[in-house]
Amino acid sequence: MTANKEQYRAEVTKQFQEKMDYDELLNCMRCGFCLPHCPTYIETDGNEAASPRGRIALMKAVVDGKMEPDEDFEAQLSLCLGCRACEPVCPSGVKYGHLLEEAVDILQQNKEHSMPVKMFRSFLFDHVFPKPERMRQLNGLMWFYQKSGIQKAARTMNLTKIAGGHMAQMERVLPEIPSPRRMKQRPRRVEAEGERKKTVAFFSGCLMDTMFMDTNDETLYLLKKAGCDVVIPEKQNCCGAIHAHSGEKEQAKELAKQNIAAFEEGDYDYIISNAGGCGAVLDEYDHLLKDDPDWSERAKAFAGRVMDISEILYDAGLPPMELDAQIVTFQDSCHLRNVMGTASAPRKLLHQIEGVTFVETAEADRCCGSAGTYNLIEEEMSMQILDHKMENIDRTAATTVVTANPGCLLQMKLGVEREDKTSTMEAVHIVDLLAKAVRYKEEKTGSPV
Amino acid sequence: MLKQDVRDQLTAIVGEENLLDSQQDLIAYSYDSTPDFQELPDAVIKPRHTEDVSAIMKVLNEEKLPLVPRGNATNLCAGTTPLEGGVVMIFNHMNKLLEIDEENLTATVQPGLITQDLITEVETRGLFYAPDPSSMKISTIGGNINEGSGGLRGLKYGVTRDYVMGLEFVMPNGDIVRTGGKLAKDVAGYDLTRLMIGSEGTLGVLTEATMKLIPKPETKKTMLALYHNLESAGDTVSTIIANKIIPATLEFLDQPTIRVVEDFAQIGLPTDVGAILLIEQDGPPEVVDRDMVKMKEICEQTGAMSADIAATPEEGAALTAARRSALSALARMKPTTILEDATVPRSKVAEMVRAIEEIAENNNVEICTFGHAGDGNLHPTCMTDARDREEMKRVEQAFEDIFAKAIELGGTITGEHGVGAMKSPYLSWKVGDTGVNVMREIKKAFDPNNIMNPGKMFAKDEKFRVVVEK
Ligand SMILES: Cc1cc2nc3c(=O)[nH]c(=O)nc-3n(C[C@H](O)[C@H](O)[C@H](O)COP(=O)(O)OP(=O)(O)OC[C@H]3O[C@@H](n4cnc5c(N)ncnc54)[C@H](O)[C@@H]3O)c2cc1C
Ligand code: SF4
Ligand code: SF4
Repeated sequence: MTANKEQYRAEVTKQFQEKMDYDELLNCMRCGFCLPHCPTYIETDGNEAASPRGRIALMKAVVDGKMEPDEDFEAQLSLCLGCRACEPVCPSGVKYGHLLEEAVDILQQNKEHSMPVKMFRSFLFDHVFPKPERMRQLNGLMWFYQKSGIQKAARTMNLTKIAGGHMAQMERVLPEIPSPRRMKQRPRRVEAEGERKKTVAFFSGCLMDTMFMDTNDETLYLLKKAGCDVVIPEKQNCCGAIHAHSGEKEQAKELAKQNIAAFEEGDYDYIISNAGGCGAVLDEYDHLLKDDPDWSERAKAFAGRVMDISEILYDAGLPPMELDAQIVTFQDSCHLRNVMGTASAPRKLLHQIEGVTFVETAEADRCCGSAGTYNLIEEEMSMQILDHKMENIDRTAATTVVTANPGCLLQMKLGVEREDKTSTMEAVHIVDLLAKAVRYKEEKTGSPV
Repeated sequence: MLKQDVRDQLTAIVGEENLLDSQQDLIAYSYDSTPDFQELPDAVIKPRHTEDVSAIMKVLNEEKLPLVPRGNATNLCAGTTPLEGGVVMIFNHMNKLLEIDEENLTATVQPGLITQDLITEVETRGLFYAPDPSSMKISTIGGNINEGSGGLRGLKYGVTRDYVMGLEFVMPNGDIVRTGGKLAKDVAGYDLTRLMIGSEGTLGVLTEATMKLIPKPETKKTMLALYHNLESAGDTVSTIIANKIIPATLEFLDQPTIRVVEDFAQIGLPTDVGAILLIEQDGPPEVVDRDMVKMKEICEQTGAMSADIAATPEEGAALTAARRSALSALARMKPTTILEDATVPRSKVAEMVRAIEEIAENNNVEICTFGHAGDGNLHPTCMTDARDREEMKRVEQAFEDIFAKAIELGGTITGEHGVGAMKSPYLSWKVGDTGVNVMREIKKAFDPNNIMNPGKMFAKDEKFRVVVEK
C-alpha cells in the first residue's frame, strides 16, 4: 500500500470513529429480518456483505478498527441503492439511511479528487442544484443525462462501471424540456375551486420544475380541484437530496435552511411534494439539522408539515375520475414508501378512477434500480434489477405503469423502452394520470363537476 | 488466511468464484444474531452440491481445519460464529425445494431453503408445514433442523424435530450418509436422523432433508385475552389443557413486552395490563368455533379482564405478527438484547415468570418475558449494553440463576435455541456429567479431529454447581 493510501484510510477510520453513530450501529441486533427485503442481497444471490446487516457490520468493523476502509468497502456502500427498504421491516428501528449517509459523506469528503473532478463536483453541487435560475438556463438536467456529458462527468467523478450501454435508451425516454419563458410564467398563488378545504404550500423541486414541468402544472390543477389554496414560496431551492446522498452533507444542510426559511413565511397546513425522493429529504430535515441549535426546532416544525401529493388529494377528495378501460399498476417510490410511509394513498386514488382495473405488481415495493444517480453509477446492478421489475410488471398485463417520483418515472420509461414495449405500455407520474382522469370525466359529463 | 495450498485445493473443487476471502467477506461471516460474539473465519465457501461438500470435507479433515456450516446466522447461541476460525460453509447454491410428494406427503429440500419459502409453496397445494419460528422469513431448513427449532404452532403441531423423516449428510471424513426416508415406519438400526437433529453442525454437514407435510387446516381464528396479573393467565393455560383442548398457539407476553411491541407494531394492544395471552385454533370451522367459544369462557372464568376473538383473518394476522416481532421490538430499548429460552413444564409457567422477575430485581437488570406459554418455553429477554462490562456480569449472573431455577422446576436450559457457545457451560446442569460424556464420545466417533463447528456445545470448562435436586 502506498503511504498516501495508508494515510487516507487512517483518516477515514478516524472520522468513522468520531462521526458514526455507534449506538445506532449497536442497535442492529443482527436478526436478519431485513435480508429478504434488500434488493442487492437478493440480486447477489444472498451475499451477506451486500445486505443491510452486512453493511452495518462493515461500518461497525471500520469503527472498531477491525477492518480497513478499502476499495471493497467503498464498492459495497456504492452498491447499496439507498432505497431504505431495510428500515420499515427492521424491528429494532435501525435508521440505516442515516448510517449510510454519514458513511458516504466521510468517504466523499476525504476523497482526493483530481482537479477536473473537483471542478465538476463544485460546478454541480455549488452552482447548479442550488440555483434554480441556473438549472433553468441549463435546460434542466438535460445535460446530466446526455450521453457524452454524463459519461465524461461520471468518469471524471471517478464513478466507475459506467459502460454507457443504456445511455442511448435513456436519451430516448427523456421528456421535452419546456422553454425558459414558460417556466417563468408560473403563478405564485393558485386559488381553490369551490369551497376551500385546505391551504398548502407547494414544494416544486428542481428536476420536477424543469424537466417535468407539466407534471407540476397538473399538480397545481389537482390541488385546486381538491379544494386547496396553493402558495408557491418563491425563495425555495433544491431539496438537497442529491447532495445528501452523494456525500455533500454540508451543502444539503445549507439548502435545508434556505427551504425552511422560505416556507416559514405564510400560513398553511402542509408542505406538499410530488416527488417521493424530495419529500423524504424534506421529511428528514429535522434529522439533518438535529445538531444545529439554531435550526433544530425550526427544522422539526418544517418536517412535521411535509406531505406527499397523493395523501392530500386522497384526504381532501378529488372530483369523479374516469379513463378508457385499462389495466393500471403502481410502482412504489422507495423513499415515499420507506421514509414517508405513503403506500396506500396512491393505490386508493387509482382505485377511484372509473374504467381502471388496478392490478398490484408482485414486489411493487422493491426498488426499481433508479435510486437517484444509481442507474448511472452502478449500471449493471441497476439494469438487472430493472429487468426483474419489468418481468413482474409484464405479469400484470398492465398498459399503464404509475410512479410517484421523477427518478422512478424515468427508470420505468427506460424499462418500457428496453423491453421494446413503447407502443403497448406507458409509464406515467400519478399526478398526470389523475389529472387526465379528472378532465376526461369533465369532458364526458359536459361540465366541470 | 488459508494457506495457499489449501486454498488451491478448495478452489479446485468449487471454483474461484465460490471461495470468498476478502476482508469484507470475512467480516460479513464473522457473526450471528447472538450479541457480543464475533470472530473472523479464514474463508467462506459455497458448495454447489453434495459432492462438493464431500470433497471439501476431505481437504479440511486432512488439514484439521475447522468447518462451520451456516444457514442465515439467525441463531441465538453463537452457533455459527467461527470462534476458532477456519472455513464457513454457506448454502446459497443449495437452497432448492427439490420435490413435493403429494402421495407420501413429503417435501425434499436442500439445506439452504428458506423456511417461509417452504411454507408458502406447500400451502399453494393445500398442504402444511407447521414449524414456524419467528425468524422463518430468513431462517433456513438446515438451520432449523440443526437447532431443533420450534415456533408458535409448536404446542399442537410439534417442532422441527417432529417433521424430519430422512436426511442426507456428509461426515467430516467426506462419507455421504443417508438416513430414514419417505417412511412412516422405519426401525432399521440406530435413529441417526434424530441424532442429527439439534446437533448444531457439530457432527456433519446436512445436504438434503425429507420433511413431513400435513393437510392444511381449513380455518384459523385468533383471540386476545387480557389479564390483571400473570397468575390468572397461567390458570387459563392449565384450564384449557385440562379441558382437553389443544390450541394451535398459546403465546404469552408480560407487561413490559406488551408496551414495547405496541410501540413497534401499533395495533392497539392495551399497554396497562399485567399479561396477555394470544390464543389460536385452527382446523375444520365447526371445531374451531366450538373450541374458541369454550376457550373464551375459560379465559373469562379464570380471571381475564377481556377475551376478544379477532373479527377478521387480517386482524388475527396483525396480532400474531406483533407476537413474532416481540424479541426484535425489545431490541429497540437498549443497544444490546440478550434472549434466553429456559423452558419449564407447562404447569410451572407462572411460577417461573415470577421467579424471573425476582431474579431480575435481585441482580438489578431489566428483563422482559414472553414466549410459548402452551409448551412452557419462555423467552426472558434482557436489555442491556454490552459496553457496560459491570452490568454484563450481573446479566450473566441473572441468566445463570434463571437456568438454575428452570432446572429446579424440572425444566431445561434451552427449549429451542440450542446450546452453541452461549450455553455450553451449562449443558451438564441439564444432562449431567454422564450425559455430557456420552455426547462427547458420540462427537469423537463422528469427528475425531474436532473440525465440525469447534467451540460449540461442549465447554472447555463446565460451570460446576451443586447439582440441583429435581
Ligand atoms: C428475531 C429472531 C427470532 C427467532 N425466533 C425463533 C423461534 O421462534 N423459534 C426458534 O426455535 N428459534 C428462533 N430463533 C433462532 C433461530 O432463528 C433458529 O435457531 C433458526 O433455526 C436458525 O436458522 P438459520 O438458518 O439462521 O441457521 P444458522 O443460525 O445459520 O445455524 C444454526 C445452526 O445450524 C447449523 N447449520 C446450519 N446449516 C447447517 C447444515 N447444512 N449442516 C449442518 N449444520 C448446519 C449451524 O452450524 C448452527 O449450529 C430466532 C432468532 C431471531 C434472530
Ligand atoms: S432488521 Fe434491523 S436489527 Fe435486524 S439485522 Fe436488519 S438492520 Fe439489523
Ligand atoms: S438501502 Fe436498500 S439496497 Fe441499501 S441495504 Fe437497505 S435495502 Fe439494501
